[in-house]
Amino acid sequence: MPFGFLAAAGLVLAGCNEKFGETKGATSQSHLEFSFWFWMMVAGISVAVFVWILIFWSIFRYRRKGDELPKQFHEHIGLELTYTIIPLLMVGVIFGFTVVVENRIDNVLKPPAVIVNVTAYQWGWIFQYSKPGPDPSVNCQQQPTDCVTVQTAPHAAPSSLPESYTSPLYPQLVLPQGETVRIFLRSVDVIHGFYVHAFNFSRYAQPGVTNSFEFYPTNLGVYDGQCTQYCGLYHSEMLFSVRVDTPSQFKAWYAQHAQQQQIPQTGGSS
Amino acid sequence: MTLAADRALLLTEHHEEEHGPSGVLKWITSTDHKVIGKSYTITSLVFFCLAGLMAMVIRTQLASPDATLVNQHLYNELFTMHGSLMLYLFAGPFAFGGLANFIVPLQCGAPDMAFPRLNALSYWLYLGGGLIMIGGFLTVGGAADFGWVAYAPLSNAVNTPGAGPDMWIVAVALTGFSAIFTGVNIAATVFYLRAPGLTMFRLPIFTWNMLVTGILILIAFPVLTAAIVMLWCDRHIGSHIYTVSGGGVPVLWQNLFWFFGHPEVYILALPYFGIVTDVLATFSRKPVFGYRGMVFATISIAALSTSVWAHHMFTTGTALLPFFSLMTYLIAVPTGVKFFNWIGTMWRGSITFETPMLYAVGFLIVFLFGGVTGILLASPPLDFAVHDTYFVVAHFHEVLFGSAVFGGFAGLYYWYPKFTGRMTREALGKASFWFMFVGFWVTFLPQYLLGLHGMPRRIAEYSAATGWLTLNRLSTAGAYLLFLSVALTMVNLLVSWFKPVASGDNPWDAQTLEWATSSPPPHHNFFWIPPIRSERPLWDYNHPDHTKLHQGNGHAPERAPALVGSSSVRIIQPRPGGSGDETGGTDR
Repeated sequence: MPFGFLAAAGLVLAGCNEKFGETKGATSQSHLEFSFWFWMMVAGISVAVFVWILIFWSIFRYRRKGDELPKQFHEHIGLELTYTIIPLLMVGVIFGFTVVVENRIDNVLKPPAVIVNVTAYQWGWIFQYSKPGPDPSVNCQQQPTDCVTVQTAPHAAPSSLPESYTSPLYPQLVLPQGETVRIFLRSVDVIHGFYVHAFNFSRYAQPGVTNSFEFYPTNLGVYDGQCTQYCGLYHSEMLFSVRVDTPSQFKAWYAQHAQQQQIPQTGGSS
Repeated sequence: MTLAADRALLLTEHHEEEHGPSGVLKWITSTDHKVIGKSYTITSLVFFCLAGLMAMVIRTQLASPDATLVNQHLYNELFTMHGSLMLYLFAGPFAFGGLANFIVPLQCGAPDMAFPRLNALSYWLYLGGGLIMIGGFLTVGGAADFGWVAYAPLSNAVNTPGAGPDMWIVAVALTGFSAIFTGVNIAATVFYLRAPGLTMFRLPIFTWNMLVTGILILIAFPVLTAAIVMLWCDRHIGSHIYTVSGGGVPVLWQNLFWFFGHPEVYILALPYFGIVTDVLATFSRKPVFGYRGMVFATISIAALSTSVWAHHMFTTGTALLPFFSLMTYLIAVPTGVKFFNWIGTMWRGSITFETPMLYAVGFLIVFLFGGVTGILLASPPLDFAVHDTYFVVAHFHEVLFGSAVFGGFAGLYYWYPKFTGRMTREALGKASFWFMFVGFWVTFLPQYLLGLHGMPRRIAEYSAATGWLTLNRLSTAGAYLLFLSVALTMVNLLVSWFKPVASGDNPWDAQTLEWATSSPPPHHNFFWIPPIRSERPLWDYNHPDHTKLHQGNGHAPERAPALVGSSSVRIIQPRPGGSGDETGGTDR
């Protein structure tokens, strides 16, 4: 079975946007995660296969052949030290790469062009946009009426079956391509998980804590998002979607919503 | 001088007719570690089967996208209770309550646990706690439905009101105390009741691992108990320890819970590592390779396990990522050492594949993969991508099912003759193993892919447009195979009990002390103990020409009547001339 899995993994490798089951995703951060994932899988599967070979060799080669008892050896200090030190070195290398990738994922390329305040609640999402521009300074928690707001339709949950992620019941987070987007994430009740599969990223939305992180969307498209941290009865139905637009499409979308929601248009440079 | 001789006489005297009540009353009042161990084993297996049935409902539900089988509320209760039963009532108590209770005193050459009455109290707390937990289903609002981790503030009185969650809290506290008492008992037994000659470095690895587990229990469980008392206060007397509104900190619960929870997963793994070590050595007919390395690896794992808890909290944004990542990676090193030692134990052995050995080798193969995916999860960037998806579910089940069920069944089949004096049916056991081995991969490999394709854990339903259906159906099919496998083992245990095939005292030609007495052992365990000069005294006694080569002290013990295959209890007084040998090492 393990080798069957490896064969399957090899087939999966044929596609270049998906390796070992993981997708390349739509942000520069997800691309980093994806390539790190690939090399970690190569390392992990190599180690696993090496040890599996030793196990299978032992159980096939050293099956009982007669009544004679085997030699009763029981230790080999040099060998034992070797297989302590080599894994230790491997851990050092892996840890080094982990820190590098982690810092790059946390790092930002450009100052944020868009700030979105994401609020999670049982069982839906509120996305509030600070005014896009070089200085997106509006604080949506203090001045919610100055923010373009998209949120889960009232009474979306409970339905008997989640509709598609892009159903009008669920909110859509619209982001511009090629701009840094900063998210401020919080929760008003229990802990939720903000998760966009195509971004290869998730973060908890917690009461009393505001988490912030940044994306740099690179690929146009519509992506599924969902609550991942179990949050009570209708956890399964806390869906949303993310649409990555070109910057001009995004501006048009924003202007249209700002007009609909009568957001004052002064003070920015969009 | 002749401690051993005195001891043998003493033990013989103890084998008087047992006084006191009989029947059910005897069972209820018993403080015999063997009776308590058997009660623990049977009770935990019942909880295991119940939790397994819940898993079947869960998997059947997910075999179709719509919530067709159970509604969301019941689904949430089911996965909460599945996890809680498996972790609090099966995997731990089966190991340290069932197998360890029965086996540790025997491997130490002791007549009982250090505190027999405390031991009995442990069992009754555990049984009471278990019944209270499962009794939550009988309340109006149903059983607890906040997940087995009970994250605050979902677990407060506003979000999950009702008696079911309260019963869960009480049950976890009771089983926690039961575990603490057992931990005390195991540690005291190993430290103070070892037979003469049985130095610490002559203990079987299973007992070593149980000792370290016992200490780990003492580190971890009181924290859980404290956390859960505070949760109860939040729910009932208006404290706001985990609630923002009163100045509390919800993430405190996660810190406290995982400070228990991560040592806990090693509390659930180390005993099974010990079982597998003993089984591999027995069926390879060799000593454990790298015995000392094995002990140090166990201690290292336990030590590291207390400093990795926040790797469950990478996505909270409140954990120091590099520290917890490094500590978690480091656990791979002693675990890797164990793997190589296990392979070294089999290397150039003379291996036969009775059912316990099949399960032990199966454990090696499956646990390895779970361990490798654990390394991936220890990396914060990768954890961000798959946290709370089915990838984690798959990893978690691979390591826990790998240890508690593969390792646990290895122990169950290995020691069944010791418990009962009966052999299990080999054909049924082997069939059960193969169904489990195939079922395991079919169930959990698709779950890794589901997680990578974005399926979150703990969802009762999903949109058909996600494309998760096929992999879910595959996983469900695998789960049915696992169900079949467990059913075969349960049938095996019952058939072997009701239609006995006598096993003899030492059917496996095993190496350690528990097999030096009759199977099942008499009251207070031993009439005679072989001289103890290594970690496998019985092997040295039965195979004086094949002791560990460089450790011979120049003269092998005189060949005595082999114990192999004998089913009668014999009282063998120590030979007067041999007493010097037999106490060798006592003073260390």
